[in-house]
Amino acid sequence: MSDERKLSRAVRITKWLVSGPPFVYLLLFFVAPSIIMVLASFRYPGEFGGLAPLATGDPATLQGLTLETYQFFFSDVIYGYVFFKSFLVALATTLICLLLAYPLSLLIARSPKKSRDLMVLLVILPFASNFLIRVYAWMIILGPQAAFSQAVNGLLAALGVAPVHLLFSPFAVLVGMVYVHLPFMVLPLYTNLEKHDPALLDAAQDLGANAWQRFWRVTFPLSLPGIFSGSALVFIPVLGMFAIPDILGGTGDMLIGNLIKEQFLGTRDWPFGSTLSIMLTIAVLLIVWVAARLGGRRHYA
Amino acid sequence: MRRGPWLWAAALAVYAFLYLPLTIVVVYSFNDSRLNAEWVGFTWHWYEVLLHDEEMLLAAGNSLFIAFVSSLVATLLGTMAGIAMHRYRLKSLTFMVLTPVAMPEILLGVSLLLFFIQVLNLTLGMLSIILAHITFSIGFVAVIVRARLAGMDENLFEAARDLGASPWETFRYVTFPLILPAIVAGGLMAFTLSIDDFVITFFTAGVGVQTLPLRIYSMIKIAVTPEVNAVSTLLMLLTLTMIVLAARFAPDVLKGKA
Repeated sequence: MSDERKLSRAVRITKWLVSGPPFVYLLLFFVAPSIIMVLASFRYPGEFGGLAPLATGDPATLQGLTLETYQFFFSDVIYGYVFFKSFLVALATTLICLLLAYPLSLLIARSPKKSRDLMVLLVILPFASNFLIRVYAWMIILGPQAAFSQAVNGLLAALGVAPVHLLFSPFAVLVGMVYVHLPFMVLPLYTNLEKHDPALLDAAQDLGANAWQRFWRVTFPLSLPGIFSGSALVFIPVLGMFAIPDILGGTGDMLIGNLIKEQFLGTRDWPFGSTLSIMLTIAVLLIVWVAARLGGRRHYA
Repeated sequence: MRRGPWLWAAALAVYAFLYLPLTIVVVYSFNDSRLNAEWVGFTWHWYEVLLHDEEMLLAAGNSLFIAFVSSLVATLLGTMAGIAMHRYRLKSLTFMVLTPVAMPEILLGVSLLLFFIQVLNLTLGMLSIILAHITFSIGFVAVIVRARLAGMDENLFEAARDLGASPWETFRYVTFPLILPAIVAGGLMAFTLSIDDFVITFFTAGVGVQTLPLRIYSMIKIAVTPEVNAVSTLLMLLTLTMIVLAARFAPDVLKGKA
């Protein structure tokens, strides 16, 4: 064998040695489970939870493949309603995050270079504490005996409105969602805003644009790619979130995630749980597609 | 630079929004009252309760063991994946590495639950949690390592080859030392993610094994005492230490993390 061929063989072997192990691991523990979930959605539920056997030979038991779970999903409006509600919560969370993140990102991007890193770090730092702790903190603040609740209800009483319960409400869910996902909006937005050339604003000013026009006609359009990637990073995890409604919400605040959790761990109807998960996956893919199209178009504009 | 007073006020309000809740958790961990409602007086009581809470200590031990094993394996596999993604541009591998990170966590949790029970016939416990944690950690390590490789000068490897280094020697003496900070940062990140994970652990833990987040969750759901504040404060200290360490090894990681 010539040296050339020996070398190219060595390169090929190295390629497989390096990419093989992670490839096999993810094939086994990510791709295979995903395929199993698709298959499970076409099965019957087992008598004691889980999946019914594919074939038993006994014609009395449910077996084989079925579209029943999908028919069930579309036959009852309650599931469509939960999806719609989750979508609204995700949309509201995304908009509030954008509203809070924009001025902060703008300030960081316009700060002197040496203080920017610290300001970004200060945004990430609380995000590094455990997710449950961040949700739990709002249980304390919104609890009926806490100063915040007392103040809100005092204000409402002064206005002659009946007191409200802040904890275990849709409001609490929304606050928790915004709190947990805010950094996902700040980081891409800041990364975008930081790249803007300040000369553009000077030019706009020289041409007679006031502060509002400079923002609305220069900064904002240029920041759209950052807005779209930040929005996707907030919208997607919120859509599938079950823990925040579970902890901060009341019994009526079920979202898709809670529905899926209930099927897998509560009623143990795994085929229907798989169907719901696949519907969620389709919803996520649609959002990614829309975000990519919106973001992509702006690049050429 | 244009930084008006309104911009400052809005930004400071957001910083307050970010820090106030966590400050309250920490402050109340030293509060001499069973209720998280008003300040009564200073005490170490809740930390003492924590030290004698056998279940909590067991859960903490489990969490540390799971984080240690899963981050070790994920660092190895993630580094390989990062190198492969950079060098060979394998689209399928890149897809498999990045998708679990981008999807809602619950989807990975329930699909692994199905897979472990229906296909592998595995009793849920330590092993299933570790396997699940490795799956989502690989992506984070790979992204950090790939970012480091992408920022490096290709001429370095060329020079090593021209000087007669074999592919292994090039890796051992050039590539590896250069990406080592990223590997360490990735490993610390995987460790932190594992210690903190709730959603995926919730679905893959079964009934026998508790981790720290699972224990915190059941305390929050059933009976809230300031012991939760104490364990939260300690956990924050641990994460903070990990971040400081990661920042020392790879300062650029924190900036480009998203």
